[in-house]
Amino acid sequence: MIEITREDFSVDEALGQLLTSGMGAVVTFVGVVRGESKGRKVERIEIQVYEEMALKQLKAIRNEAMERFGVEEVAVIHRVGSLETSDNIMMIAVGASHRAEAFDACRYVLENIKRRVPIWKKEITPEGEFWAEGEKP
Amino acid sequence: MYFASYRELTGLAEEEVELSEGSTVGALMENVKRLHEPLQDVKRMLVAVNSEFAEPGIALREGDVVAFFPPVSGG
Repeated sequence: MIEITREDFSVDEALGQLLTSGMGAVVTFVGVVRGESKGRKVERIEIQVYEEMALKQLKAIRNEAMERFGVEEVAVIHRVGSLETSDNIMMIAVGASHRAEAFDACRYVLENIKRRVPIWKKEITPEGEFWAEGEKP
Repeated sequence: MYFASYRELTGLAEEEVELSEGSTVGALMENVKRLHEPLQDVKRMLVAVNSEFAEPGIALREGDVVAFFPPVSGG
């Protein structure tokens, strides 16, 4: 499952859809809004997406992770819009036969999202609004 | 199309640009930097053509959708 949504998500619900009888391990990662960035208090963040391209990249990353690590399923849900401190931003869930490939695949998906998926965060602070700078792919 | 800080620097989400035939991504990049002076100061401009990352040497065709944006910061 690959999804970009304005709505919040439930990890339990996502895992319910992910699980199959062949899985012996599920690794999940949940990214949430931090209330501080570079010494500034963050009141909220706004997330912008180039949706068509982001969906393409997320599907490609999912396929790469499944091929490279031999995991059974990869799900990614990423939120967009206005979010407050401690709100969910994104979740990754990887289901596999065993734990080692599940952890490796989860890390691979996360690092590639941070490099390749066209989504940007803007931090709204008392000192002004700042776009978070990413890494070059 | 422009995203994130580039929307604020250009004041635009998208625009149409006429190019001569066989123009490359790199040529369009120079063109939009001339059109929008604040873009001249950006450090790392990423480009996508029709929703795929593109190198400056790629030739553009009529109707291509080109997106310019800063390094991504999702996740």
